[in-house]
Amino acid sequence: MSSRLGGVLPALPALLLLFFFFLFPVVRMLGYSVEGGSFEWYAKALGQGLYLQVFWNTFEIALIVTAICLLLGYPLGFLLATTTPGWATLGFIFVLLPLWTSVLVRTYAWMVLLGRNGVFNRLLVQGGVISDPLPLLNNFTGVLIGMVHVLLPYMVLPIYGAVRRVDPALISAAQGLGASNARIFRRVYLPLTLPGIFAGAVIVFVLSLGFYITPALLGGGRVMMLAVMIEQEVHQTLNWPFAAALSASLLVVTLAVYAAAQRFMRAGAGS
Amino acid sequence: MPAKEAKHSANLSVEGLQKRFGDVVALDGVSLDIASGELLTILGPSGSGKTTLLKIVAGFEKPDAGVVRIDGTDITALPPARRDIGMVFQNYALFPHLTVRANVAFPLEMRNIGKAEIDRRVGEALQLVELAGYDQRLPRQLSGGQQQRVALARAIVFNPRLLLLDEPFGALDRKLRETMQLEVRRLQRRLGLTTIFITHDQEEALVLSDRVAVMNRGCIQQVATTTEIYERPANDFVADFVGESNIFHGTVTEPGVVSLEGGRRLLVNSSVRTVGQRLGVLIRPERFGRGTNVFAGEVKEAVYLGVSFKLRIACDDGLELIVRQPARGALPAPGTRMNVAVDPGEIHVF
Repeated sequence: MSSRLGGVLPALPALLLLFFFFLFPVVRMLGYSVEGGSFEWYAKALGQGLYLQVFWNTFEIALIVTAICLLLGYPLGFLLATTTPGWATLGFIFVLLPLWTSVLVRTYAWMVLLGRNGVFNRLLVQGGVISDPLPLLNNFTGVLIGMVHVLLPYMVLPIYGAVRRVDPALISAAQGLGASNARIFRRVYLPLTLPGIFAGAVIVFVLSLGFYITPALLGGGRVMMLAVMIEQEVHQTLNWPFAAALSASLLVVTLAVYAAAQRFMRAGAGS
Repeated sequence: MPAKEAKHSANLSVEGLQKRFGDVVALDGVSLDIASGELLTILGPSGSGKTTLLKIVAGFEKPDAGVVRIDGTDITALPPARRDIGMVFQNYALFPHLTVRANVAFPLEMRNIGKAEIDRRVGEALQLVELAGYDQRLPRQLSGGQQQRVALARAIVFNPRLLLLDEPFGALDRKLRETMQLEVRRLQRRLGLTTIFITHDQEEALVLSDRVAVMNRGCIQQVATTTEIYERPANDFVADFVGESNIFHGTVTEPGVVSLEGGRRLLVNSSVRTVGQRLGVLIRPERFGRGTNVFAGEVKEAVYLGVSFKLRIACDDGLELIVRQPARGALPAPGTRMNVAVDPGEIHVF
């Protein structure tokens, strides 16, 4: 018993931190959501069309962001993993730089770039490519651009790792056996990097579900995602029990996605 | 079926191959001819350039200079996918996500062959390597020897013009390795497949090959039959690398006599008659017995090896000899005085 306690002791500060900063707030929040022992707020969150629509919006945006990140991230991760060390380093700096910059700063930078009189529109109009500025800000497009930019590294890194783990001898073998580059990609690289694709997709999707700053600023209040709605309930409507019920629902959905992904991964590894 | 497949077998010739990696010269003018249906082993220590040579033949490396020809056609610029060469890699390089069947079917699918034909040929190939019934296994569910067989089946299933084996038995234990060596030899003969086998293991080279090419420092030192490589090596390197050896250097002082550095006079074959010529002298440890060259000395070290004793003898005239004797009677103790002799006919000069 005492030896067991001795094992726990060094971890105590970490456990206390987790307790007070994570577990306790989550339990408090769950408490708020069922205030007075009633589930009316859950009924409202999951029963009314308006709120279900927000849930659906959130999923839709998360899915689209994940898909775009995959389409951009796979070639990028692949390139970084197969190019010469010099180019790889340069590429990594560009991929990781956004990660080291504040989300707020990046989001405001996008506002400068994407606005009606922003850099992009002015270049395009002055260049004669278009006559009227494109609506890039305060809408769906703006939110997508901002979120993809923030989340892309989370897709690139696992894919990069997966490509690096492919034994180069397998590629030589495939060439020697008569495979074209397209077929080597489809028959060897793709199946062997599937776990990396999957890991990246889960991370990006789960992070997207809870995104707040980017949709709040680049959506201009017109793109409603769950986190944005929760913030409104907390700050504007001051309906904390309802905000808590929404948060709890989001938490459950996120955990469910994560668990399903884990199970799927394990099934894939076991076959 | 084997007779039909033998038709595909090609002859290979490489000419003047040069390859550098930065400052390192990997191949320094390598030329080699391999006849149709022949098994040639390229034997050499690591870093000798043998793997580079194989990669150039397979198409994975481009030579800085030189030509590779199959059946007289220059294929130096042809990408590996279009060379029709079967290769077994050091660690087999089986596709880990594909079943045994899918691995063996892979080269056939790349050639857009029909499903029925693929089924038939995969079945035949797996039968040939005695793995029928394993089609649905994944590589990681197989033993090392079985993986090796799958790799072999995959390399021959598309009737390649040439088979390349890159140290394929390195990861196997001794018993399995010997079985696989004989099996590869049997298969290669049966298919009549022109084969290049790469190894650093001289014993393996002797077991397997029709001919052996010994490589060192990017150059071919000697190409010859196995007996010739062993009995009549062309230089110090070959003599030393293949088998155990006593190597000395000396000068021909009169016909049939070589004076070694250190003064010892050695009677050799009477055909050696160019007086003043500097020579290398090779005496294999197992060739001591009766003869006119007698060495008196003292046993420094004696090892029992089952079939034979291996003795290290310090001779009174300063020479040091490795001697193999049939293991009969008691192992000579270190310090024992001993005379050993060798016949001039058993001494090889080069």
